[in-house]
Amino acid sequence: MENRISPFLVSSLCIGIAVLYIPILVLIGYSFNASALVSVWGGFSTSWYSELLHNDQILDAAWLSLKIGVVVSTGSVILGTLAAISLVRFKMFRGRLLLTGMVNAPLVMPEIITGITQLLLFVSMLHVIGWPHRGFTTIAIAHIAFCSAYVTVTVQSRLASADRSLEEAAMDLGSGPVRAFIDTTLPGIAPALASSWLLSFTLSLDDLVISSFVSGPGASTLPMVIFSKVKLGVSPDINALASLMICLVGACVLLAGYLMRRAERQRVLDAQMAER
Amino acid sequence: MTTTVLDDSAVPARPRGQWLKRRAKWLIILPPLLFLLVFFLIPFGFALTISFADTAVRVPPFTDILSVSPDWHIHLTLNLGNFKYLFSDEVYGLSYLYSLKTAFFSTLICLAIGYPMAYGIARTSKSTQSILLLIIILPFWTSFLLRVYALEGIIRETGLLNTALLWLGVIDHPLQIMRTTFAVYLGIIYSYLPFMVLPLFATLEKLDHSLLEAAADLGSPPWRAFLDVTLPLSIPGIIAGSMLVFIPAIGEFVIPTLLGGPDNLMIGRVLWDEFFGNRDWPVASAVAIAFLVLLVGPIAIYQHYNTKQLEA
Repeated sequence: MENRISPFLVSSLCIGIAVLYIPILVLIGYSFNASALVSVWGGFSTSWYSELLHNDQILDAAWLSLKIGVVVSTGSVILGTLAAISLVRFKMFRGRLLLTGMVNAPLVMPEIITGITQLLLFVSMLHVIGWPHRGFTTIAIAHIAFCSAYVTVTVQSRLASADRSLEEAAMDLGSGPVRAFIDTTLPGIAPALASSWLLSFTLSLDDLVISSFVSGPGASTLPMVIFSKVKLGVSPDINALASLMICLVGACVLLAGYLMRRAERQRVLDAQMAER
Repeated sequence: MTTTVLDDSAVPARPRGQWLKRRAKWLIILPPLLFLLVFFLIPFGFALTISFADTAVRVPPFTDILSVSPDWHIHLTLNLGNFKYLFSDEVYGLSYLYSLKTAFFSTLICLAIGYPMAYGIARTSKSTQSILLLIIILPFWTSFLLRVYALEGIIRETGLLNTALLWLGVIDHPLQIMRTTFAVYLGIIYSYLPFMVLPLFATLEKLDHSLLEAAADLGSPPWRAFLDVTLPLSIPGIIAGSMLVFIPAIGEFVIPTLLGGPDNLMIGRVLWDEFFGNRDWPVASAVAIAFLVLLVGPIAIYQHYNTKQLEA
């Protein structure tokens, strides 16, 4: 590894990162502006944050988004992990290619297409079998479909690099395959599961386009409320709300990154111990 | 490998276990397979069917394709009118071409900005790398809506940029950036830059530095070594990153709606308006299907290079 980096690379890196972060930092700064006028700095104030607490529309939407987020991330981790196990452990089965495709496609599919197709499915289902009613259920199902894809990709790489000798040893000692997996491999991939739970939560919390399509009357998630307000113009309470959401998502992502890094370090340490 | 855990090939000595195992395997495979089949793949079939339907004043707002007449004959009514309409009304073709153009140039600019960033990260030490990656990944997970809104705070008429420039005396009156094509490009590049940097980094990180040293030993100047060694070896990353920017950028809805003017009619916006504005579901489905057909190529390219990279 060469440690000398040209000034060109350093400066482009610095400028790129600055471009990514300046708008966010400015937004957070504005959210503490006492003045309702966006161009004037009226002193430091947290009044926009306390105003949020009295806005029922925003509180309802926040509660709905959080509920959906918890259901979605739990469901996605379960389904995504099962898909990852299928793809890593079973080399040959009917439908493997199909599963691979369906796991990778949501990552690149424009949200607007996924949203519209899923809505058409839900509407037809409701028409024929009387379920699901548009709202919480449909948003949760639609989110799980794309979040589980992210979970699968994360868990898949971790599972592929997991050492299977322990699991084989447990089986030799008489454990059933499921027991052996739970006792040996599961703890190893647990950090990946935890971090993909957090990432699914942020994806669900952030989603606007798919939710807008599959949601029904009366069920507005936080991004939907923000979008309708932003279209009307800038309002200082949205600055506060956006700052809160960015901080929550940032905290989730940092925690997820921390968990993965700690697990990676542990893995390297274990490997070194094993070699001794 | 003697005993593989959940494979078909495992432990030949236990016939009962073998049978159980073969069944148990499907308990793991089927839930995600069925879920994604029903809620991700089959919906495309519904969109395809409904794109052949007619609008109707009822719930759901389109006619049935298949109908059973009283004498038990099944009737299939395919209405090609929606697709004909896509070709006859030039707004669809124009908005699609406009989306392609916007996505293409945004991707090029993202590549030009993202490549040196990714290369810079790849050349730092391992510990710096993970911190820098986290810094890039953080906005990757933050919603477009919030980041576009944050960008609006900088570029609007009373935003930070204009305020600063006016204060410095560089300009006399505020620059009009919002509701222009420039703002749409800015929004896409700002939002999608992390999508470009991450796959580029993944390939550049694996680059064998002894090749560059060999090139230097043989007398290549650094720029020559870059063109001959680094650039060709990083092509999978360039393609993966470009597709990750290009494909979603074509269907972008939030950015042209919030930052663009009435001229910035991208296909995502047309689709949204057709659906929520005109409430014409069959035409919206036809737009979505036509759009999807045109995306098959880029998605296939992405999948191809992505699997290649995973295998490497």
